[in-house]
Amino acid sequence: MQEKINALRKDILAAMEQTETGRALYELKLKFQAELKTIMAGMKDIPKEEKPVFGKMVNEFKQSMEAAFEARAVIVREKEMQQKYAAERIDISMPGRKYKAGALHPITLVKNELIDIFAGMGFKVFEGPEAETDYYNFTALNTPKDHPARDMQDTFYLGENLLLRTQTSAGQIRVMENEKPPIKILSPGRVFRSDDDATHSPMFHQMEGLVVDKGITLCDLQGMLGEFARKMFTSSTKVRLRPSYFPFTEPSVEVDLSCSECGGKGCRLCKGTGWIEVLGAGMVNRHVLENCGVDPDEYTGFAFGMGIERIAMLKYGINNIKVLFENDTRFLEQFED
Amino acid sequence: MKVPFSWLKDYVDIDITAQELAEKLFSCGFEVEELSYLGEKVNCVVVGEIKALTPHPDSDHMQICVVDCGEEYGREIQIVTGASNVYVGMKTPCALDNSTVVESDPKALEKNPDGVKKIKKGKLRGVESYGMLCSGEELGINDDFYLGAEVYGLLDLQKDAPVGEDIKKIVGLDDWIFDISITANRPDCQSVLGIAREVAAVLKKPLKHPAVDFTAHKTTAAPVKVEVLAPDLCPRYVGHYVENITGGETPAWMRKRLALSGIRSISPIVDITNFVLLEMGQPMHAFDADDLGDRKIVVRRAEKGEKIVTLDEKEFTLGNENLVICDGNKPVALAGIMGGLNSEIKATTKNVFFESAKFARDSVRKTSRALGQSSDSSARFEKGVDAYTNALGMARALHLIEELGCGTVTELCEDVCAVDLTERKMTASIAKINALLGIKVPDEEIYGILERLNFRPVIDGDTLTVTVPGYRDDIDNYPDLAEEVIRMYGYDHITPTFLEAASVTGGGLTDEQKKELHLKNALRTQGYLEAYNYSFYSPKDLDLMRLPKDAAERNAVRILNPISEDLSILRTILAPSMLMNAVRNIRRGNDEGREFEVANIYLPRNTLAGEQPEERKRLVLGVWGAKCDFFDIKGTVEALAEIFHLSFAYERAEKTYLHPGVSANILLGKTAVGVMGELDPAIALSLGLDKKVYLAELDLETIKGVMDDAIRYQNLPKFPAVKRDLALIVDEKLTCGEIEEVLMHSCKYVTKAELFDVYRGGQVPEGKKSMAFTLTFTPDQQAEKAFTPETLDGFVKKILGNLKFKLGAELR
Repeated sequence: MQEKINALRKDILAAMEQTETGRALYELKLKFQAELKTIMAGMKDIPKEEKPVFGKMVNEFKQSMEAAFEARAVIVREKEMQQKYAAERIDISMPGRKYKAGALHPITLVKNELIDIFAGMGFKVFEGPEAETDYYNFTALNTPKDHPARDMQDTFYLGENLLLRTQTSAGQIRVMENEKPPIKILSPGRVFRSDDDATHSPMFHQMEGLVVDKGITLCDLQGMLGEFARKMFTSSTKVRLRPSYFPFTEPSVEVDLSCSECGGKGCRLCKGTGWIEVLGAGMVNRHVLENCGVDPDEYTGFAFGMGIERIAMLKYGINNIKVLFENDTRFLEQFED
Repeated sequence: MKVPFSWLKDYVDIDITAQELAEKLFSCGFEVEELSYLGEKVNCVVVGEIKALTPHPDSDHMQICVVDCGEEYGREIQIVTGASNVYVGMKTPCALDNSTVVESDPKALEKNPDGVKKIKKGKLRGVESYGMLCSGEELGINDDFYLGAEVYGLLDLQKDAPVGEDIKKIVGLDDWIFDISITANRPDCQSVLGIAREVAAVLKKPLKHPAVDFTAHKTTAAPVKVEVLAPDLCPRYVGHYVENITGGETPAWMRKRLALSGIRSISPIVDITNFVLLEMGQPMHAFDADDLGDRKIVVRRAEKGEKIVTLDEKEFTLGNENLVICDGNKPVALAGIMGGLNSEIKATTKNVFFESAKFARDSVRKTSRALGQSSDSSARFEKGVDAYTNALGMARALHLIEELGCGTVTELCEDVCAVDLTERKMTASIAKINALLGIKVPDEEIYGILERLNFRPVIDGDTLTVTVPGYRDDIDNYPDLAEEVIRMYGYDHITPTFLEAASVTGGGLTDEQKKELHLKNALRTQGYLEAYNYSFYSPKDLDLMRLPKDAAERNAVRILNPISEDLSILRTILAPSMLMNAVRNIRRGNDEGREFEVANIYLPRNTLAGEQPEERKRLVLGVWGAKCDFFDIKGTVEALAEIFHLSFAYERAEKTYLHPGVSANILLGKTAVGVMGELDPAIALSLGLDKKVYLAELDLETIKGVMDDAIRYQNLPKFPAVKRDLALIVDEKLTCGEIEEVLMHSCKYVTKAELFDVYRGGQVPEGKKSMAFTLTFTPDQQAEKAFTPETLDGFVKKILGNLKFKLGAELR
């Protein structure tokens, strides 16, 4: 019997050496178990006194074989994994699969950024009507009918004293009529001028800011615009004020920012001056405050207005305003974030 | 406003360069848009004297000159010239080797548009020539610059011109032109004198005011009487009678000043009016006094149908809104714009009636626009002329008459004035000026600045008293004085502060603005690109959508003065703009795309009478490409419905621009809030589109009240939801929506019924289709155990029963 077991052990161990897969090993194990069963079945023919020895022998055989199967299984699993790795090897240079999100328009992106900057300084956002009355767009802004400043802007008219607003400043009046100081508002939106050439679009966007409170000064305007410039462009952006004229502010200033492209050294973008004209501003004209029922001897304020397209073009390096309104997907896709 | 540097120097001793002056002007509010050098094209051209002439051996018209150009350039320079007017002893411009002059040959100009001609030494028919002798034309000048410049041949310079001197200094090309942008509040600076006043102030130098004195002589002539019937349109009219007009030449100094401003000399009288316009900013007009019927000037509104022929021989038919200057019978000038042909200055004119007036700028502008007639005068009047300058300009003109000796100034003068000419005094608090600026400007600085700007300031403690110069109509209150101070003191003195005195306020977006931003971001995550379109388009865009004549969308607000018909009506529907976006993209090869726009439409009220239109915010979606279908755009609408908790229903739509079988109205309750669908294939065909386009438009104004983007967490059920698939055989005409309706309402545990397959043919009988749904059964929050298979079988049995009863649907 011992010989039979030894022979069987030898056979199975030899076969085991050959197994490469878990399946083959499993089948071999079934075969072994069947053989073992036959051996066990022969137990009844064995004399009683030899039974303990026989039993011990078979048991030892079973245990040692099972350990061998276990050990082989580890090896086979490892082999199988290696095969799997090889079989599943991919060309990692093939393109990835992207989920294509859309994008907000650069005008919206800049508008949102401006709102974020100024909302943090306590500004609320007010959106007035786009079809405005002459009063809100001009007269209340100290620009009466015969005022030469009306020539500065070519206006689209819709009817008697009705027009498409030429400036978001119209919103100033609507807010000041309804709210008492302290006032801090931003008024973004579409504006319209009958100008259509390479550098002008008949529709564009402005962002108007207005602060009215006690003791507001020109220095405050400079300070706030500096804060805006550093947040919108770079932390080293500088602000320069220079005299200008708007009917609704006095004094009025043109606000230049140091060129973000060259840092003020002078380049093509800033036409060699180191400065870029970005917005108009000034101290709110007394007549404008009076027109809205705000006492100009008690309150002062400042207002500023900027073209959103202009900021977007500077920020993203867009050199043609028309492309903003063509809605070409190749353009819009570039503003994914 | 163009101002020659040399002219400014007549009034102020300027000891800085043109560039430095441009900087100074910039900092005090006068941006020099362009600073150009007159002699830019002329380089290395000097005065040469012809010392000897010999005929060219190989030419019958050319001569070989020996030219003396002085020690620096050479005493004996050999130059060949073809000019016939050359003579020994002539002084003429000599362009040296490697010099440049103005290209005057029209053919060469075509190839060389910058107009610079290079001169190099070379051989002319075998004879060396070391440069070129020049005509006036080659220097770019005419007789008004330098007498004789228009002579054919070489420019014969005055004998006192020093040899070797730069020719630009001799002929007046060594000069700069400042092109200055003047803000609308400073019409007084639309003149050389106006700028000179600013230059004097900024350089802290005295102003040498042009002379305005004259002697009024007695005369026997009958007076010309002035009557102003429209003082609202003509607040001041100053007239003066000048007799014994002689012809003659305008002196070179004045001709050159005019030439620098691009104006040709005509006659002394006309030149004086032009000169005063440039110098003082006062438009002048001179009538031939003997042409004035009844020796009268009447300023009045034109009668309807009245006619006038202006100096340029154009005839205009006038109306009541046009202001005219008339004599006793007829219009003799279009006020402020142009004189009449019937009273113009002629060579034979003996007596002149000068006009120096103030016309209302709005009136001049309207007449000029309406008639399409304009002039330098009308441009100036539109900007605004002050009453102070009316008198100053007249005095200057009369002074010049005397100086030029071209007439006798008489004592006959008229001044009809409705303007208060008394000096305006103003007081202001220095503390308030400083408070507005936010800095403390020293009193002596304030005093000095206002003194130099001619405000005659007096400071007494905190009280500043000024006398506003007659030409400063823009000064109105203390902020104007603050501006005068700071623009001269320097904006670099303004130091940044951060609202030190102001109250703290809360900022940010309103809930509605936040929702709009959320909507945009939701669409962005759905793969949409945001578009911005103009608020206006063409009635043709509505034609394209095949909207009938009586469609509500046809009732649009019209722009009264559109740029073109293409941009003439305000949008009443956004879809046409989005369609054009899709078309443009497809034509450019952008085959697939998803775009959206959020914008207002404008619905007219009584717009012509001034009532503002209703502005309604809308959302438009556009999807195009070969692979997309209706359910792409519907999916977007459904996604928005989920985010904003809107329960939309859908029904078939009938829109002229959408495919009748592939379009749906979007309903909120019973109200249609939008529409979506495929662009009608007939329209697609007419546009030559080979891709399908899907459009959706939602009225945000209607739904904004119920848009709710708040996130509310719901506890997860203890037991998982279970899914069962059901394939049903139903009637072909039954819709998915109808089946869903029954699936969702037959068993309260069904939380979702999703169509995953539609099949026709095979074992499915004719006229029927198979539709397969996945049902999701979700246990209650409180359920104590999961659904058993038996429970689910029971649910399904009940659902099938309902389907059969209500829709005749069978299990497949």
